Amino acid sequence: MTDQKPFIDIRHAQKSFGTLEVLKDINLQVQKGQIVAIIGPSGSGKSTLLRAINDLDPLTGGEVWLEDKRINKTLPHSQYEKHINLVRQEIGMVFQHFNLFPHLKVRENVTLAPKMLKGLSGTEANKLAEEQLEKVGMLERIDYYPSQLSGGQKQRVAIARALAMNPKVMLFDEATSALDPELVEEVNLVMKKLAQEHMTMIIVTHEMSFAEAVCDKVLFMDQGVVVEEGPPEVIFRNPKNDRTKEFLRKHLAGQNA
Amino acid sequence: MGLDFSVIPEYLDIVLWGAAWTIAITIGAAIVSFFGGIFLAVVALYASIFVRLPFRAFAFLFMGTPLLLQLFLIYFGLVQVGIDVPAFMAGVIGLGLHFAVYNSELLQTSILAVDKGQVEAARTLGLSRMQALRKVVIPQAIRDVVPPIGNNMIALLKDSALVSVIGVSELTLSAQRAIGSTYRPFEFYVLVAVIYYIINIFMEAAQRRVERRIQASK
Ligand SMILES: Nc1ncnc2c1ncn2[C@@H]1O[C@H](COP(=O)(O)OP(=O)(O)O)[C@@H](O)[C@H]1O
Ligand SMILES: [Mg+2]
Repeated sequence: MTDQKPFIDIRHAQKSFGTLEVLKDINLQVQKGQIVAIIGPSGSGKSTLLRAINDLDPLTGGEVWLEDKRINKTLPHSQYEKHINLVRQEIGMVFQHFNLFPHLKVRENVTLAPKMLKGLSGTEANKLAEEQLEKVGMLERIDYYPSQLSGGQKQRVAIARALAMNPKVMLFDEATSALDPELVEEVNLVMKKLAQEHMTMIIVTHEMSFAEAVCDKVLFMDQGVVVEEGPPEVIFRNPKNDRTKEFLRKHLAGQNA
Repeated sequence: MGLDFSVIPEYLDIVLWGAAWTIAITIGAAIVSFFGGIFLAVVALYASIFVRLPFRAFAFLFMGTPLLLQLFLIYFGLVQVGIDVPAFMAGVIGLGLHFAVYNSELLQTSILAVDKGQVEAARTLGLSRMQALRKVVIPQAIRDVVPPIGNNMIALLKDSALVSVIGVSELTLSAQRAIGSTYRPFEFYVLVAVIYYIINIFMEAAQRRVERRIQASK
């Protein structure tokens, strides 16, 4: 273990929806350049934890830090909005269902935020879009609408859209779960490329082999708590906790079925 | 007395001027109703209750009373409180606001129907609530109501005939003037019907063009 100050620091995260307690005292430290996978059964709170980081689902207790900045700090409403909009520019997020803007072409999907928020000119924004789309192998589709793309292509554009804001961290919420099996690999390849470039990433996934290959640390969550965490070779090959073992056994059975 | 369409050419320029005014009023009112509709929909969905309530009352007034009365109120009524609106402007504003209320109802529904993930994606990139609304939600909501808004615009064209009552020499009033000189109501009303129908065809063609253009972005 390193004693370096964490890049992302989640302390005693607690979240309730009404009376339903979804996150129970979660702690997670992520170092710069580290890649963390969150696994666990459906409904265990993985998405909620991920979405707490950029405040899409604000915590009801606990703290989230990005470097030396407290993300979920207490501020009057309008000041908080300004603060969180700036924080979100530094945190890229990729959704299970892509959430591309269907009324905009691929190019404008990528340039929308940089133009509006960073004041890029048309020429600068186009150059940026071309660079980012090149990186995910989608440059040839720059003038297509999202409806004209396959799922894998959509997700690659969604990644380019997030990268165009030059984020410090990327959050992936089951980025390949909605894809046909033959389209999963092209998205995984893009994520691996980001890993090689030492992008800090938190990845919620059901793909254990991908998590094992790419991640530095794995969290197993169940019913709102982190049941077990550790390096992938330990979690996947030699888990200590019975719930982890049970989950992995069922999951493998399900995949082979 | 039989039908005699040969009287028409002499009065054709009057009628065509009327048609031009009808087109001008329709375009003006359509623009007012479009942007007014967006404004009213955003107010209805997102403004605080103190802003929302007066606008609700306004919407209720425009939906619950005859358009004719609304035109009278704007043209004759406002003069009394010192606001002198020229007849053409009164027509554009009256028709425009009337249909803005209907467009707003359509837009409210379609704004609420836009996938929540769209706002989340926009906010995740750092857009504010208003920026997300303006650039992501409203364009998609508008795209989804092009057909019913198109139908409203055709209803607007037909209702523009009511503006004749406040003395705008649009198509219907022009025809009445020609009839006053010729005593040939059937001939001129048929002519006017044909002209409305032709304008209608152009509007429907424009609507289809817009629909085709947005098809790719669905
Ligand atoms: N907006 C919400 N309102 C109420 N309950 C929610 C909401 N979002 C998630 N939940 C509940 O929180 C629990 C955890 O959800 P989630 O974080 O999506 O789990 P996971 O991503 O691990 O499948 C589930 O029981 C879910 O039903
Ligand atoms: Mg989830």
